[in-house]
Amino acid sequence: MDLKLEAVTHRYGDTEVLRDISLEIPSERITCIVGPSGCGKSTLLRLLGGLEQPSQGAVRQVGTPPEGCLNALTYIFQDFALLPWRTVQGNVALVLEDHKLANQEAIIADVLARTRLTDFAGALPKQLSGGMKQRVAIARALAVNPAVMLMDEPLSALDSQTRELLMDDLVGLWTREPFTAVYVTHNLAEAVRLGHRIVVLSRRPGEVREIVEIDTPLEQRAHGDPALDAQQQHLWSLMRDEAAAADAELLHV
Amino acid sequence: MSDRVPFRGGGFAPLHIRGLGIAVFVLLIALAEWGTRTGFISALTLPRPSDVFGTFVELWETGALFQHLLPSLSRLAVGASIGAVLGVSVGVMIGLFAYARAGLVPLVAAIFPIPKIALLPLFVIWFGIDEASKYALIAFGTFTPTVVATYAAVDNVDRTLIRMGQSFGLTWWSIVRKIVLPGAMPGILSGLRISLTIAIILLVAAEMLGARYGVGAYILEAGSLYDLERLFAGVVILSVLGVTLSWAIGVLERRVLRWRV
Repeated sequence: MDLKLEAVTHRYGDTEVLRDISLEIPSERITCIVGPSGCGKSTLLRLLGGLEQPSQGAVRQVGTPPEGCLNALTYIFQDFALLPWRTVQGNVALVLEDHKLANQEAIIADVLARTRLTDFAGALPKQLSGGMKQRVAIARALAVNPAVMLMDEPLSALDSQTRELLMDDLVGLWTREPFTAVYVTHNLAEAVRLGHRIVVLSRRPGEVREIVEIDTPLEQRAHGDPALDAQQQHLWSLMRDEAAAADAELLHV
Repeated sequence: MSDRVPFRGGGFAPLHIRGLGIAVFVLLIALAEWGTRTGFISALTLPRPSDVFGTFVELWETGALFQHLLPSLSRLAVGASIGAVLGVSVGVMIGLFAYARAGLVPLVAAIFPIPKIALLPLFVIWFGIDEASKYALIAFGTFTPTVVATYAAVDNVDRTLIRMGQSFGLTWWSIVRKIVLPGAMPGILSGLRISLTIAIILLVAAEMLGARYGVGAYILEAGSLYDLERLFAGVVILSVLGVTLSWAIGVLERRVLRWRV
């Protein structure tokens, strides 16, 4: 299933946050969205998943979600959004319970195994490290077999070492079974590691400045690869002035 | 020159000190006992603690203790349960529905400051002189603080969790049951701590007006005879009741809120 943005403009009151964005999210690829802070990338993600309605334009699903898909558009949040009163297993079960499935236990066991959390099934979120919490959130997202994963800065709350480990995890998950994802980040290193195509937004109101395609297969992109560094440098040169201007802007909240 | 860097990081952190609370009780009682025995405190001002204890033993031996305690406990249980259940339900409704909030918050604010004891005659007319008017008074008194604590607790539930529930397509009822209610539980329980204390106060007030048995009736009778030993014995029962309830909620909190950091 693909997603398509058709001339989407979005405003909060008088403030225009996104202007005339047309974009296609192809299936089984990871689309990264980067841009200076406040450019509306998280808003774009909320529009994509139907948590907000665009002021103008439309978000469309092209094609049908895969079979056995319980929640086509599934988010992974920056702050994990785990229920602190439920165990790892219970947090995954939460999103399955409403569907009254006969094989609920089997699904939970499968996604916990894929995210290497089987041994922690009975642990409470407060016992887990940040990286593990985000793996639980990934397991929860995988459990509903989504058509598109909408990832809102999923690694931003983690330290840089954990971030590296989790990027390897995501690459591993994707190479075993390619999934469709929109990955919002402000970290260009993450974008060049995980993105098949990288959409660069301008500062507010966000417009598409450039779309960069990276053809190197995900599993061959190593930390410190010169070609990737060059791509990252290119992205930074696109964003540098915008980011500086965005940083100097006054907020009218 | 080398001076040690002075330590400036002490204090301001809550410390758990075992036994100090009990020590304060023991010290005060010992002081009263010593004062009344030496004549430093006259027997008219304060009854001797050992005499109060004697009255207690007597109450126990004659069976009068349970004759008074059981009706009181049942009134407290029925009244406080009705008030707490209604209060939590209305509080959750105010927290969830804009119409309930707009319509009921001013009403709750209007009845919160009324001393419920003042309404006892009204309740007697409405529900009769029997148990029902006592239940109603206690229930009404527990209701308002529970409502306020509950809707504040619902308001404080982490919005990102609710948004997560919506993004996974959970039903409305699932979101309320699995996310909103457990998330509001810490606030509801600490509200319950306050409302149950208010329930004890109202229990005594209700029993002072038209009850033959009950801790309140016992205290009233002792008071009108200036029988300070029995008066104090009654007051001690109330204190113990309060401490027990507070302890029970503490146990409940530790069990239900084990997930808290």
